[in-house]
Amino acid sequence: MHRTGELYGQFKTLEQQKDTASLGMWIFLVTEVMFFGGIMLAYTLNRHVYFTAFAMGSNTLSLALGGFNTIVLLASSFTMAMAVWSSQTGKKPLISIFLILTIALGFVFFGVKYVEYSQKFRHHLVPGKSFNIFYCVNNPAGCPDMDAAELATEREELDKAQAQDPDLNAHAQLYYSAYFGMTGLHALHMVIGAGLLFWLLKESKAGRYTPQWNTPVDLVGLYWHFVDIVWIYLFPLLYLIDRHK
Amino acid sequence: MSEHDDANHIVSPRTYLVIILTLMALTGITVMAAFRDLGRFNIVVALAIATLKATLVVLYFMHAKFSPRRTQLVIIAGIFWLAILLFMTMSDYVSRIDYRGVRFPIMHRMVEGSERRG
Amino acid sequence: MSTQPNHRDPQFPERHYLNETYGIRSWLLTTDHKRIALLYLASVTFFFFVGGFFAMMIRLHLLTPSGYLLSADNYNRMFTMHGVTMVFFFLIPSIPAILGNFLIPLMVGAKDLAFPKINLLSWYIYIVGGAFTLYSMINGGLDTGWTFYTPFSTVYSNSAVAPAVVGVFITGFSSILTGLNFLVTVHTMRAPGMTWFRLPLFVWTHYATSIVMILGTPVIAITLALAAMERLFGLGFFNPAMGGDPILFQHLFWFYSHPAVYIMILPSMGVISELIPTFARKKLFGYHFVAAASLAIAVIGFLVWAHHMFLTGQSTYAALAFSFLTFLVAVPSAIKVFNWVATLFGGSISFDTPMLYAFGFLGLFLIGGLTGLFLGCLGVDIHIHDTYFVVAHFHYIMVGGAVMGYLGGLHFWWPKITGRMYPEWLARIAALILFVGFNLTFFPQFVLGYLGMPRRYHVYPPEFQVYNVMSTAGASILAVGYLLPMIYLTWAAFFGKVAGDNPWPATGLEWKTASPPPTENFPVTPEVTWEPYDFHDRPDLGLDVTHMPEVAPAHGDD
Repeated sequence: MHRTGELYGQFKTLEQQKDTASLGMWIFLVTEVMFFGGIMLAYTLNRHVYFTAFAMGSNTLSLALGGFNTIVLLASSFTMAMAVWSSQTGKKPLISIFLILTIALGFVFFGVKYVEYSQKFRHHLVPGKSFNIFYCVNNPAGCPDMDAAELATEREELDKAQAQDPDLNAHAQLYYSAYFGMTGLHALHMVIGAGLLFWLLKESKAGRYTPQWNTPVDLVGLYWHFVDIVWIYLFPLLYLIDRHK
Repeated sequence: MSEHDDANHIVSPRTYLVIILTLMALTGITVMAAFRDLGRFNIVVALAIATLKATLVVLYFMHAKFSPRRTQLVIIAGIFWLAILLFMTMSDYVSRIDYRGVRFPIMHRMVEGSERRG
Repeated sequence: MSTQPNHRDPQFPERHYLNETYGIRSWLLTTDHKRIALLYLASVTFFFFVGGFFAMMIRLHLLTPSGYLLSADNYNRMFTMHGVTMVFFFLIPSIPAILGNFLIPLMVGAKDLAFPKINLLSWYIYIVGGAFTLYSMINGGLDTGWTFYTPFSTVYSNSAVAPAVVGVFITGFSSILTGLNFLVTVHTMRAPGMTWFRLPLFVWTHYATSIVMILGTPVIAITLALAAMERLFGLGFFNPAMGGDPILFQHLFWFYSHPAVYIMILPSMGVISELIPTFARKKLFGYHFVAAASLAIAVIGFLVWAHHMFLTGQSTYAALAFSFLTFLVAVPSAIKVFNWVATLFGGSISFDTPMLYAFGFLGLFLIGGLTGLFLGCLGVDIHIHDTYFVVAHFHYIMVGGAVMGYLGGLHFWWPKITGRMYPEWLARIAALILFVGFNLTFFPQFVLGYLGMPRRYHVYPPEFQVYNVMSTAGASILAVGYLLPMIYLTWAAFFGKVAGDNPWPATGLEWKTASPPPTENFPVTPEVTWEPYDFHDRPDLGLDVTHMPEVAPAHGDD
């Protein structure tokens, strides 16, 4: 492990090293854009073709939780940017503080996601053999978190949707494939990001980052902001389909 | 290559604060817009706002505004390639006469037009 | 180390990258790009043998029309495993991971690549991906075709699809990391004076290849991930029974897999761009055009993928657009071929082994490329799609093109890599055997395709037997052509004649350091003041207008 500001063997100057690292991270982020792009394509096509089912699926998501998570993640981007700023201006204690805040907000996000996912699991909305979009309306006992009024609304919506799309269950499963695929992939990236943040925290506590050398903070920051950007798109695409009905 | 090294330009916390508040506000606007019936413009508005938010994050939080031109080129390339993937693939589906009973608007009008003309 | 080429008595350097450190750990934990290149050489060659074994099974089985050797199911496994192994574990890594890794830092004048540890990581990722795929093979392999078309691969196949798909997914990251390393290295690690237009075309083509790797490979990664999800957990994007669309899979798959073929051919074109000027003793004709054409191939190559899907029922209008773009992508390749041939004109040509491979490339790539145009033509494709015409087309490009370049490059840079020369006459004979074997194997397949024999069929009408027998006979000759270099190159690495810094002589920066190079590549950081491929004004290499370099001195007959 090299010390602060030490040059790796293949570089001639610190500036070349920083320049190289930065370019490497940006190119890596482009690969991530294309990676998410593939599943975005699957989403785009299926949303267009099975709009009714997608709208139905989207309306079963909790807008409150999704919106809250969006704010949480945006705030974590802010704290991350502040961590980078602290490292650029040599305010070492602040680096650790902002990193801790970022990690904390990340964990809040995970917590909310856990609540959402476990609800979907209980409601038989996870793609697979037991997927059934009609589960809650047909088995109210299995969905105690939904009261009678909510169930009635959902039954009404389901009936309307099924009139338009007789194969509603199969197509709704595609929506949930997209939901779990996209948010799952996003969550995986956040877990990796959280791991990187823990590593940064450890190094930051050891006083490694200075205005002359704060490259890891900068690069992890880029990665974290990218993960935030993915969610910026996921939120409207998954949570806000046809909400005005 | 003369580089405007972004380490030389430090974005101030005040700028970050302005940006984050803007992002929060835009989130609120997105949700509000989702509850208005704008027909097929709902998705357009949603994506436009999301893109605006993403642009702010890229330009300011990720310092792209103060990064060398090469970085900006890399970003543009990534967006452009994503566009190729999405638009060219969808161009296949959109230009089919009939896809699983769904008639995409462009072909629908073309087919109707030619049917009318007989 | 020596500034004047001493062709009479080349010295083997005392200290170089091979003897700097000893022991298995110094190899498995190396970050030296040259050693990593050799690690790749060993593993890629291993997979070449594996893929070659499957090829042998296919050709042996096809000796008879009724197929006595393999059942239909097992035949499917043979051609699938042949394709998966050769495409993902041989062709895509071969030149970039071996020659690219070894040479790019030397060619740009750097001590190593930008990210040496990531370079080593990418080799380990390749090994892990390969292990998964081998595991799949041991469990009976898969029978879906290397294209993994759904829903057969995701729902109905009874073979070991999941491990193979995971294996290819993992290996994709090896490719991405290599491409990332090359892109950044070329941008930030060039020696003083090494401007973009002084770079060898080998570097330009690897730069273009890296663009393709970066932008394309993630798409197949997500596609295979989704396919694996479908197979393992029942997600339904590609399954019609659940409302999904198999054609969506094909779009996503070919979005990468078409540019992938440019990953396979561009590095080979880069090798050819080094070989032809060297052995014609003449500056490459139209350097800027060749560099621009490499980038154009990379970019336009992303716009043509649906020409693999003309018969899927896709929109006619989209098919028209893709067909037009397919014709367009042939143009930069043609520009390059023209420029290589123009380089030969008026040159002083010597027929060393690498040049023989370059000539082979020129003819065979031309045929392969032109037949691609036939396939890109909508009306014609209806008849020849999924026939042996396609098989012949891509083998002409991949074997006649990419592998010729690979072997030519291996021979050309073998003295730099090992410090010793291979036996010239044996090598020339092997090259000729390979050329004859190749054409005998694959030319009859054009005829077969034209006559209507479908690909991926384990039986065929008896009237096609004579062509199949010719093809198999050619394959056995081709195998000899492959085995010979493997044997004599290995022998030469230990017992060949000492080569010296620059045995050819060639003009690249890599020839200005010792053979084999020291670990740090250049004892003193070079400063570049010359233009590329200048055979008339390089006194530092003994090349100037007053005397022509000696032809075939140190690399004489053996």
